[in-house]
Amino acid sequence: LAPWIPVVGLEIHAQISSNSKLFSGSQVQFAAPPNSLVSFFDASLPGTLPVLNRRCVEAAVMTGLALNCSINKKSLFDRKHYFYADLPAGYQITQQRVPIAVNGSLSYSLCIDNKMSQMVTKTVRIKQIQLEQDSGKSLHDDTRSQTLVDLNRAGVGLMEVVMEPDMCCGEEAAAAVRELQLILQTLGSSQAVMAEGQLRVDANVSVHHPGEPYGVRTEVKNINSIRFLAKAVDYEIQRQIEELENGGTILNETRAFDSKLGCTVPMRDKEGKQDYRFMPEPNLPPLILYDAKSLPANMNHQQVINIDWIHERLPDLPSVKREKLVEQYGILPEHSFTLLNEDGLAEFFESVVKQTQMKPKKVIGWILNDLLSYLKQHSLTVKESPVSSSLLADLLNLLEKKEISSTAAKRVLVELWKGEGKTPLEIVKEQKLELLQDQKELEQICQAVIDGQENEVIMMVLG
Amino acid sequence: QKVSVEVLDHLEHLALVDFRDAEGVERLQKAIQFADQLHEVNTDGVEPMDSVLEDRWCLYLREDDVTEGNCTKELLENAREKVEEYFVAPPGNIPLPKLEERETFLQGS
Repeated sequence: LAPWIPVVGLEIHAQISSNSKLFSGSQVQFAAPPNSLVSFFDASLPGTLPVLNRRCVEAAVMTGLALNCSINKKSLFDRKHYFYADLPAGYQITQQRVPIAVNGSLSYSLCIDNKMSQMVTKTVRIKQIQLEQDSGKSLHDDTRSQTLVDLNRAGVGLMEVVMEPDMCCGEEAAAAVRELQLILQTLGSSQAVMAEGQLRVDANVSVHHPGEPYGVRTEVKNINSIRFLAKAVDYEIQRQIEELENGGTILNETRAFDSKLGCTVPMRDKEGKQDYRFMPEPNLPPLILYDAKSLPANMNHQQVINIDWIHERLPDLPSVKREKLVEQYGILPEHSFTLLNEDGLAEFFESVVKQTQMKPKKVIGWILNDLLSYLKQHSLTVKESPVSSSLLADLLNLLEKKEISSTAAKRVLVELWKGEGKTPLEIVKEQKLELLQDQKELEQICQAVIDGQENEVIMMVLG
Repeated sequence: QKVSVEVLDHLEHLALVDFRDAEGVERLQKAIQFADQLHEVNTDGVEPMDSVLEDRWCLYLREDDVTEGNCTKELLENAREKVEEYFVAPPGNIPLPKLEERETFLQGS
């Protein structure tokens, strides 16, 4: 049987973190009373016009720069037409002809063979980033055969990030999205919380034999977490391979991922090929961005977006933060990944290191093996940890000074998890875990043990 | 060159216009003919124009402040049907009746 090459591309919609919407002044907020965050423009009432939100443009530029894109100094807005109850205007304002950023790349890492010890770096090309409006939300009431529409989300700014089909499996797709999520959160351009719909991923999947052209691709939607993304992609790859090996064909269709069944199913009839009748948005002129060289002399500051100014102020990206952690503390690259993967863990680690004499290389073990596994077991975030960085540092100091053994330290930690407010020293005293340093005392104890077990000692001596 | 029935049907689906009768379709054909005159001009190497105002049409950038919204009652006044504070819509897009079933001119063309 000839081998199959799976090909995976992603279209990711990230909600821009801003106070107000992309083209109107209504508020952006998750979970508010229905239709309370809706302006006349969002409801598409006649006579209203779009007015571009500066913050949304800055967010898109930051993201483009962080993903090594070329920022288009002139980009255009277009209308994409289709009918749906949660799209009151009957079209979405997007950037189809000339988006704000193009031709970037994203590097991400994977563990080979599920062992944290070997990591490999991969790159996925970013085709483009475009600014566009989000639609409202439809709540389907099947019992009454109706749809309830809430326009609070209609008009919220989105960055659509298109990743080229450089990935080959669910794991790669998941790792790429995770890294993108961390980058967006570091930049602050999006909070990228998938559970709150701030990051939505659609996967494009196809398979082909080596040397042959790409196969027909399907689009997979309704993926609600990074874990499900990996499952959905892998399932779809398998489904296509099986279908083709059984002599079937793949339809160029849209499928939804069913998380309960763990499979993809064809989506409700999508009326054949959609014709979106793209046309330039007549109410918006081109978006012009500047850099240090092209900065206009006499323009109002507030009306000018300077790409170089934004570039200078970009924070350290996750990849840079990881390198710094490895360099500064001598920890392994894999460790730096885990530190950045948990919200607040890197800061916790650094805080402990500051407060203890124990070497960072040893501290990291306590953070990753003990603290983190406890937090995971109890589904707690670092912020919710009953053991603060100072408490842990105190404990590690006792260990470092050889006042307690490693085993004893672990027992103290168990006590500390209870969060009863006791200090490590108090627990050590309570449970008499102090290491005996006195040689004579130790000899007496050993002798007493031997004396009390005469028979066993004879057995041992005899061999 | 006449516009085919398939194209007319496609347009009716996309834009929910109703060409209704021979006069409507003729009007469409005339409009296309009129626009086709644009092809007589050679525009090779010429950048498309966005506006006659050219560079003077600057895109205004708004500050990221919350200045609108909170008018649920007003908005819902326009709703034919509502449930609590939601607009009510049919369960999905209601498909346009098939060509054969539509009462318009296209049926007879």
